Amino acid sequence: MTTLLATERIKLFTTRSPWWSAFLALGLTIGFAGLVALNHNGGPLRVEHSQFGIQFGLMVVTVMAALAITTEYRFATIRATFQAVPNRTSALLAKTTVVAVLAAVIGEVAAFGSWATVKVIDGGGPELAITTGADWRMVAGAGLVFGIAAVIAVAVGTLVRQSAGAISILLIWPLLVENLVQLIPGAGDDIHNWMPFTVAGRFLNGPGPDAPLSAWGSLFYFAAVAAVLLLAAITAVNKRDA
Amino acid sequence: MIEATGLTKHYGRTVAVDNLSFTVGEGRVTGFLGPNGAGKSTTMRMILGLDSPTSGDVRIDGQHYRDLHQPLRTVGALLDAKWVHPNRSARAHLRWLAAATKLPRSRIDQVLDLVGLGAVANKNAGGFSLGMSQRLGIAAALLGDPRVLLFDEPVNGLDPEGILWIRKFMHQLADEGRTVFVSSHLLSEMAQTAQDLVVIGRGKLIYQGTVDEFIANATESTVLVRSPTLEKLGEHLLAAGAGISDDGDALRVSGMDSAAIGELAATRQIVLHELSPQVGSLEQAFIHLTGDTVEYRTEEPALGTTEEGPTA
Repeated sequence: MTTLLATERIKLFTTRSPWWSAFLALGLTIGFAGLVALNHNGGPLRVEHSQFGIQFGLMVVTVMAALAITTEYRFATIRATFQAVPNRTSALLAKTTVVAVLAAVIGEVAAFGSWATVKVIDGGGPELAITTGADWRMVAGAGLVFGIAAVIAVAVGTLVRQSAGAISILLIWPLLVENLVQLIPGAGDDIHNWMPFTVAGRFLNGPGPDAPLSAWGSLFYFAAVAAVLLLAAITAVNKRDA
Repeated sequence: MIEATGLTKHYGRTVAVDNLSFTVGEGRVTGFLGPNGAGKSTTMRMILGLDSPTSGDVRIDGQHYRDLHQPLRTVGALLDAKWVHPNRSARAHLRWLAAATKLPRSRIDQVLDLVGLGAVANKNAGGFSLGMSQRLGIAAALLGDPRVLLFDEPVNGLDPEGILWIRKFMHQLADEGRTVFVSSHLLSEMAQTAQDLVVIGRGKLIYQGTVDEFIANATESTVLVRSPTLEKLGEHLLAAGAGISDDGDALRVSGMDSAAIGELAATRQIVLHELSPQVGSLEQAFIHLTGDTVEYRTEEPALGTTEEGPTA
């Protein structure tokens, strides 16, 4: 497996897209945190004010993760991959791991970078200190959410095999679908409560009184959704002709 | 050695490969010949375990491709030169393949020099010409120093110099004792590259054997004769058991060689103006054999290309 991880690491970092994605994700999140700090008035800045931009970083990272696999189909390097590594399950797991780890690192740097930026600009009162468990979850938890989201993105990219299709799904789903289901009469709110990205948001921002799961339960649920999708992707990849 | 037994592949209702059995031996260049759409690429993908056969199987030295440990050490293949990421350099492309096979980095420079890409190794593969891409593909195929090599239409789109280079290269690989399996729809190319042939049409095996035998068996040798008393000669030839057909102001005689025709004419005291044996070309042999198995054909042959194609 270490061989395969090294292979996928070389593959990922010998193209420019992960570098650009990392740059863009960090620029967006940290830049947004800076803007919030500069324009804030009324009350002291709190930890959550520094994490407003995390959503944008998450989107960039999911796109990066999806592209890591869809470009393999686009340029048919997936065939070269399966020629070198005929065990498709291992090959896909190695890729998912490498991409998820990179996404998690970007998530951590983005979250702590945003927090530090706000602290530097504002000077930092006691409200900005990371003290409670909820504070730590909100900042340090970003890496976990980014990593799991990357697994979902690789799985969707593997199933769809097309950059445009995969990116559309991965952007439209959390931005539109998860919110629009609330409009369904009767069951709308219940469905909304179990939408994966909504649940992941509750892990970062706290579950609130009406949430069906605890904070860590929410993260576990998000991870379970990713695992199911990854399993579907592995099944498809073994069944399909490359 | 590559062994296919009863290899069959369906795509929906289309039968791409139909109960195909053949063997490809070591130390020889074996040509894989068939018209466009005959199922050559599909067969090659099944050999590499990329596509799963609907039924039947194909083994490399007795093993399925998927069961090979670090398969690039056993089988090298160039199926499509464009199967590279355009924004990855030639060296980086080989680097990840080498990493997956645990090959030392020095091997990358060896194969790059071998195919003559040493100077452009750090350039992005997307900017490569087709010839350079083919060379990169061959470098990738040779990376693990494999015993078995597969090439799908390797000379397509190459300039004469490139074609000559590939041809020599394959002979060299076969002379080193490797199994070389190369597909083409160009017969003239196969005649100069391959020693053995596997010929398929519409996914079915048409011929397996040597190139020389293929030409000898499949082409009907005829003799063109011209004479002022053609009708009389024709009657005698028919009486002697030969087949004849009109060819303008001459006769095309089959089933009798030029010596026999000449002797027959002498004993009957018939003057001959021309007596010329017509040797069949590989193209004729190919069309003769695959005539009714071409997947995509025109209603009528285009003008001017029916009688004399380029001879092999």
